[in-house]
Amino acid sequence: MSEFQTQVLEKEYTTLNLGPTHPATHGIFQNVLQMDGEIIVSNEPTIGYIHRAFEKLAERRPYNQIAPITDRLNYCSAPINNMGWHMTVEKLIGCEVPKRAQYIRVIIMELARIADHIICDSVIGVDTGALSGFLYIFQEREHIYEIFEEVCGARLTTNTGRIGGMERDFSPKAWEKLEYFVKHFPEKLQEFENLLLRNRIFMDRTINVGAISAERALAYGFTGPNLRAAGVDYDVRVMNPYSSYEDFIFDIPVGTNGDTYDRFMVRLEEMKQSLSIIKQAMKNMPDGPIHADVPEFYLPPKEDVYSKMEALIYQFKIVMGEMGVPKGEVYHAVEGGNGELGFYLISDGGRTPFRLHFRRPCFIYYQAYPEMIKGSMLSDAILTMSSMNVIAGELDA
Amino acid sequence: MEEVVEKLRQRFDSGILHVEQAYDFPVVVIAKQSLIDVLTFLKNDPDMGFSFLTTLCGLHIPGFEGGEFGMMYQLHNLPKNRRLRIKTYMAENDLDVPTVSNLWPTANWMERQEYDFFGFNFVGHPDLRRILNMDEMNYHPLRKQYPLEDLGKHDKDDKMFGR
Repeated sequence: MSEFQTQVLEKEYTTLNLGPTHPATHGIFQNVLQMDGEIIVSNEPTIGYIHRAFEKLAERRPYNQIAPITDRLNYCSAPINNMGWHMTVEKLIGCEVPKRAQYIRVIIMELARIADHIICDSVIGVDTGALSGFLYIFQEREHIYEIFEEVCGARLTTNTGRIGGMERDFSPKAWEKLEYFVKHFPEKLQEFENLLLRNRIFMDRTINVGAISAERALAYGFTGPNLRAAGVDYDVRVMNPYSSYEDFIFDIPVGTNGDTYDRFMVRLEEMKQSLSIIKQAMKNMPDGPIHADVPEFYLPPKEDVYSKMEALIYQFKIVMGEMGVPKGEVYHAVEGGNGELGFYLISDGGRTPFRLHFRRPCFIYYQAYPEMIKGSMLSDAILTMSSMNVIAGELDA
Repeated sequence: MEEVVEKLRQRFDSGILHVEQAYDFPVVVIAKQSLIDVLTFLKNDPDMGFSFLTTLCGLHIPGFEGGEFGMMYQLHNLPKNRRLRIKTYMAENDLDVPTVSNLWPTANWMERQEYDFFGFNFVGHPDLRRILNMDEMNYHPLRKQYPLEDLGKHDKDDKMFGR
């Protein structure tokens, strides 16, 4: 053997800074990658770039003023967060919401879920180089946001729903838009599906990319579509039904591999299931009031405020944040766009929560990202991130 | 649920301090010394099967003598759909908590977050650094002694309602 052959060459890895504001990461994430050529050896994620201290903020805000904070968790499906928060407070004060309000909430939450999944699925397409699907399906997201606009006046950060029910019923215009959406969405979704589902390039780019086993996913605390893609049928809507989800018939799609393609497929199927839930809710929409009789928490109608003493007092107390909240400790979880979104609330009877902790699914499953991309190529790492649907707002809270 | 609590009592007699029902959640308050044993038992015992860590978070309760700080762990038995909350309290001068990140990898970042905001010292944690706040920060912001707004500011004083 020559001297050259016995010599061990020093190997050097390249350090690659992916982010904090890299266009491919769809948010402010920093990943310091150690690269061996094009293969990722290790990854050190840094988070917290848009940290806004929601848990601290919540300790200074009266209960009704926390709903706008929850908007900014997963801003792709803000209504789910709003409703989750309202339901947490309702659980604390022991308030039963009328059926009609619950059904309206279900419709809004499922629309939000569809909007959330549209973003995630179409962005997976974009990251594989297929921009057209994204452009087509975003029109449908626009329709959903128009419905939100009709229901609550806002599009992205909705702050919809109130403690005790809904702030207003669906207007005839909202019903019209909802019916239009329900009628036309399936064909648009089919169109989107045709572009990607059996697309050779898309399949090659996503199958067996960023896979995680069910055991690892559970150990990492995955919930939602990412866990279901790995084959675990855990869905909060079924396991701990809230807001009358037990009244609806729907399937929980599960994957087998836990790879990018499975995550894409699970979300695609969930959109169809959500649409079916919306249809059932529209068909069986009960009559009745849209809010519970909780004058201490639910703002009285304006005409009463100007004419009745009692309503004026309640209006004043609610606006000033002087609601009589009982002492207690409560946890409520909803199935957010990304998984189990939990609110752990401790009340000491004061005007603000004593402690409010958000269980944010993104924050919890993003820590598996280094493990999932280890040994894969850089372009696959981008795809893995977009298919996990990491939303910066929820990650950093 | 009673059987779970009963079994815990049998096994960790003095470690179980208090059992209560907080709305739909059973809560077990345990001594800090038996924390890791109880959690390991709950996770690994086939009858218990609380193999999923839903969340954990820290608490700061100024004025609660000998228990100014607390940790809360929420476990979930997915097949049987049972949920359980474990709490433990500790004094201000003793914030060492055994890490559970070797039981559940997901606890890694959760514990970093609670270290960041409350200053718990998770003994045995592989990488105990700040996670959401900047590394240069020299205090733990979720502790109650830090007010939300700058105390030097007077433009936000509410003279009418005194807050």
